[in-house]
Amino acid sequence: MSGADIRLDELQFAYPGGEPFHFSTSFDAGSFTGLIGPSGSGKTTLINLIAGFEEPASGNLYFDGVDAAEAEPAERPVTMVFQDNNLFAHLDVFTNIALGVSASLDLSGDDRTEIAGAMEKTGLSGFGHRLPRELSGGQRQRVAIARALVRDRPVLLLDEPFAALGPALRRDMLRLVSTIHKERRMTVILVSHDPADVKFAATHAAFLDAGRVMANRPVDAFFSASDIPGLQGYLGT
Amino acid sequence: MLAGLAAMVCIAGAVATPMLALVAIAPAMPDLSADYLGFVWSITRFTVLQAGLSTLLSVMAAVPLARALARQASFPGRQAILRLLTLPLALPALVVVLGIVEVWGRQGWVSTMLQQTGLTGPLNIYGLSGILIAHVFFNMALAARLLVAALEQIPPENWRLAAQLSFSSRHVFRHIEWPVIRSALPGIASLVFMLCIASFAVVLVLGGGPRATTLEVAIYQSLRFDFDPPRAVLLAALQLSLCAGLFALGGRMATDIAVMASVGKPARRPDQATAKLTDTLVIAAGLTFMAMPMLAIVLSGITAPFDVIVTQAVFWRALVTSLALALAAASLCLVMAWSLLAAQRTIMRRRIPSRAASALMSSMQAAGSLILVVPPVVIGAGWFVVLHRTGLANSAAPVVVAVVNALMALPFALRILRPAVVGQAQVHDRLCASLGLTGMQRWRLIDLPVLARSLTLAFAFAAALSIGDLGAAALFGSADFVTLPLLLLQKMGSYRSLEAAGIALLLAGFCLGLIWLAEKLKPEAAAQ
Repeated sequence: MSGADIRLDELQFAYPGGEPFHFSTSFDAGSFTGLIGPSGSGKTTLINLIAGFEEPASGNLYFDGVDAAEAEPAERPVTMVFQDNNLFAHLDVFTNIALGVSASLDLSGDDRTEIAGAMEKTGLSGFGHRLPRELSGGQRQRVAIARALVRDRPVLLLDEPFAALGPALRRDMLRLVSTIHKERRMTVILVSHDPADVKFAATHAAFLDAGRVMANRPVDAFFSASDIPGLQGYLGT
Repeated sequence: MLAGLAAMVCIAGAVATPMLALVAIAPAMPDLSADYLGFVWSITRFTVLQAGLSTLLSVMAAVPLARALARQASFPGRQAILRLLTLPLALPALVVVLGIVEVWGRQGWVSTMLQQTGLTGPLNIYGLSGILIAHVFFNMALAARLLVAALEQIPPENWRLAAQLSFSSRHVFRHIEWPVIRSALPGIASLVFMLCIASFAVVLVLGGGPRATTLEVAIYQSLRFDFDPPRAVLLAALQLSLCAGLFALGGRMATDIAVMASVGKPARRPDQATAKLTDTLVIAAGLTFMAMPMLAIVLSGITAPFDVIVTQAVFWRALVTSLALALAAASLCLVMAWSLLAAQRTIMRRRIPSRAASALMSSMQAAGSLILVVPPVVIGAGWFVVLHRTGLANSAAPVVVAVVNALMALPFALRILRPAVVGQAQVHDRLCASLGLTGMQRWRLIDLPVLARSLTLAFAFAAALSIGDLGAAALFGSADFVTLPLLLLQKMGSYRSLEAAGIALLLAGFCLGLIWLAEKLKPEAAAQ
């Protein structure tokens, strides 16, 4: 399944007692966008709105032109990988991935083949019976990515899933996501606090500041630009 | 560190002295006629039976209630309901029993309603059914509260995953809730079982006869009515081995008794809307069951003849005794809790604790919850026999009761204080060391402000438990030694139910007022 394009039209949201967020931007089908910005600028809120974990106060959200602002999370063409707790701690690797296919764990032979394939692709072959606590942090996130593979939704949202990993491991994981992106041509949005990660893996970069999307451009144009308000200050250049 | 050792020795001494003395002065074998053995067998069986059924019913009711409360995060009055569930911990058992009789008794609300609708005759609350109702009142609340706390530990990402993977509420139960409940249940069930096996006031009033008596009550009766210490020793030994055996068997009891803990904002859950109706019904049923006896205490209490009560000298004596005991027990409890925790902190400060140190650590933790294994009535009975031998029973009574009450409150006090003493202090240790803050200066500037609220809450809780305690006081009660619960028991026994209702309301007011006051204290900024 290839990617969907995503459009946010005046999407507004505020936490109780907080400043309102006001998002307008779009992500092309099959693009890989890195989302950067100071903490509190609304990066996670933006992808939570896309995934349906937060309800916007007003505005519209379109996947391939279809309004989805009211849709339940499960009805959206989206898989999200969180920073932590992507796995159910008492279920083994295979079962955790299998939940992406069927919540009641009714698996056909084809499903099992597909899960095995996803495990192989993410370097988890032979780990099927391990429990999450027996895995390293990087392996746990690989399980979450394997589940995203078997779910095969057009949009993959990544909320700093590799932030806790060391630089070399982080590169490996970004390479894995990049490979999957190229093969499946899904629309990927990666929240990151490291512009180098974005340069390394993404095709596009977006900058958020104070609850607004200040820019969203191809990586090369983005990092050579000097007209993006607040970006220089954020990058320290 | 020394204080911690001293506290541990004192606790062990307070519990072991009467036990050893009992063995030493163990008189000629008690009368072991076949009749008596039959009686002992039947009450032992009943003790285990009522505890088992109470546990089963409490837990079975608690699971749906806890699920409903955890799921409906924005249920109107949810916080108030969760607080209501913690009240039974602080309410005197005797007062609750009175409220339950008002609701479920022969002339109670339910009987009246059933008779008016012509469904059945009056209910008989005395015996197993009444004991079960009272135990479920106490322990369903406790179990539900512990389960809600466990369910709220589920990371919010799990709910988002559930939403994304389109889990139905059946899937949520299977993949998310049940694993949490299953791992929490053994601990909760063994705690409830222990509490029910050692239940005294409930069985004393609602039980009766050999068909509905527990070992605890039989110990009391053999000392107070038959004055037959050998039999009491036999029964106490039986009760003790029952508790210790179960403790060894059950192992991981939920000694982590959740007390008045504040609840964080729970996550949005995908299954909230679909389960709303059934959850509302479950919560309403639980609420009705819990609120009715409390309401009954208030309703019959406010019309009590307080003008008569205040003219009775014995009331004032009981009031002063109860308050003095509470003050002494709560102070002693705090000193013990502080000493134990401070010593544990010292041990933990070493990076790699030696084997001896970790052994010491676990024995200190065990000392804190010893009272859950050795019931207050058993300790009291031991001291009673010892002191009677030496002719000191009357003069030493208040001391023994205060000590036993302090031990009863110790697990709760430790639970309240541990995070503040061990956790917070660990955070501050290095900073204080680098700033050269030590001794009194550190205690005044750093520790006290952080601890003040927990200390007050622990003190209030210990005082409330002591004011409401019947077990230890009942053994030593005499014309010279009367506490409020003992007075209440006397009034109930002599059918002065109006006066009893007044005293019950007063007792409940004292206990809840104490907790309320302690919680009202401004939470200091340091608690963050």
